[in-house]
Amino acid sequence: MSGTWELRGKTAIVGAATAHLGEAPGYSHLEIMADAARGALTDAGLTLADVDGLFAVSMHSVFPVLSFGEYLGIQPKVSDGTIVGGSSAVYQMLHAALALHHGLCDVALIVYGSNQRTASGKLHSPSGAENLPYEKPYGLRAPIAGYAMAAARHMHEYGTTREQLAEVAVAARMWAAMNEEAFDRAPLTVEDVLGARMVCDPLSVRDCCLVTDGGGAIVMTRADRAKDLAKPPVHLLSCAGGQTHRQISMMPDLTTTSAAECGPRAFAMAGLKPADVDVAQVYDAFTINAVILLEDLGFCPKGEGGRFVGDGRLRPGGGLPLNTYGGGLSCTHPGMLGIFTTIEAVRQLRGECGPRQVADAEIALAHGNGGMFAHESTALLGSGAAL
Amino acid sequence: MTETPLQGGPDATYFRYLEAGDWRIQKCTGCGTHVFQPRVMCPACAGDAFDWVAPSGGGTVYSTTIIRRRPERGGDYNVALIDLAEGVRMMSRVEGLAPDMVAIGLPVTARLVDDDGAKIVVFDPTGETS
Ligand SMILES: [Zn+2]
Repeated sequence: MSGTWELRGKTAIVGAATAHLGEAPGYSHLEIMADAARGALTDAGLTLADVDGLFAVSMHSVFPVLSFGEYLGIQPKVSDGTIVGGSSAVYQMLHAALALHHGLCDVALIVYGSNQRTASGKLHSPSGAENLPYEKPYGLRAPIAGYAMAAARHMHEYGTTREQLAEVAVAARMWAAMNEEAFDRAPLTVEDVLGARMVCDPLSVRDCCLVTDGGGAIVMTRADRAKDLAKPPVHLLSCAGGQTHRQISMMPDLTTTSAAECGPRAFAMAGLKPADVDVAQVYDAFTINAVILLEDLGFCPKGEGGRFVGDGRLRPGGGLPLNTYGGGLSCTHPGMLGIFTTIEAVRQLRGECGPRQVADAEIALAHGNGGMFAHESTALLGSGAAL
Repeated sequence: MTETPLQGGPDATYFRYLEAGDWRIQKCTGCGTHVFQPRVMCPACAGDAFDWVAPSGGGTVYSTTIIRRRPERGGDYNVALIDLAEGVRMMSRVEGLAPDMVAIGLPVTARLVDDDGAKIVVFDPTGETS
């Protein structure tokens, strides 16, 4: 495997868990995060005392890793609260792998959680107080309006249709119907999506993610230790991220994200190509995300994303199993989705997914997206067969 | 037209001009690139000297959306990204046109308006500017 990442397969995810998906009235974000952390450690057969690397973000705290370490009562040697929006948890796997590989820590815990549905009902964050004087006067409804303008531009340049966008939501709902954890499992048709209340044209409310509570956590160790733990290790084959902007008006090209750079880089690090991916978890905060990101990640040429998803390919049995947990559109979306794309990738590679299990899944892609296409991160994960 | 701000950095200078009804953006004296949003360092050449120039006011809609809002709260409105003739992009609104008539590629012309106690730049369809 010459030319691939030196750390390919050297670290692994050994525990993964969700907590309080859906509605958790009366729970704080720290309680949700801690329950996710406990679940992931139990899954791995480890305890809190083993954790010496803590990676935590939230949308409710200015110092998330400090708040969460204090809450857990641990004093980790490695602390990382890198906030690049919903991309954070996927991107933090890169930091965790480096820290583990170099012996800075032995057990890394990556956690996200939010009570945004029952506490506020809105996507909010401490950064919401950030002064953005060149955009604020115009009443941008963020993040929906930013993605709406990306969708409008993609339709203008490439002829993408609302029906094609709707197919992303319809496929996600079909997968959600097979997931007990999913928040919305009711049948959904393309016509339902098109006829739903418009929020920011061309996106209707059914092109938009859920607003839920929930948390997720994963535990990582070096591969040598991982093989002796409770569950089969899921190896980190690569991880790469990139950023292009903070404000949507500063995005260089609304139809191309930094995933066009970090996605191919992640594939090269892993020595893989898109056709090798058995199951893909690609951040679907809005239907347009999946269309543009599948192009940027190399699953289809730029501009072909609408036609690529429009033929039912993403539906169960359709050829490219995407967001098999139901995604942000139908399973859960507590503000940042990256940890959940990763957890579903782990579950698929372990063969734990019951009726929605993708047969013989050995290579999975987990992709995070932050801000309004501002930060992208791509990880390739593999079962033992992928090494 | 190179002027030293009375105080503060390029952000303060930008808004000081704007409040005076004189909309200006930076132009790098080193490489000639127009720069927006204001910077202390040119993103193209890392230069630190700028002229503050008045844009022509002409632009084109790069993308657009209709923000849906209940009538009792003021109704639907437009938010758009405008590519200025000078080669920079800014967020704004296209006014003087129904939100659903604002289309990508539409030529627009800038106008300063009072908004919540401050001056902001909005755009009208070119040829229909009041
Ligand atoms: Zn310059």
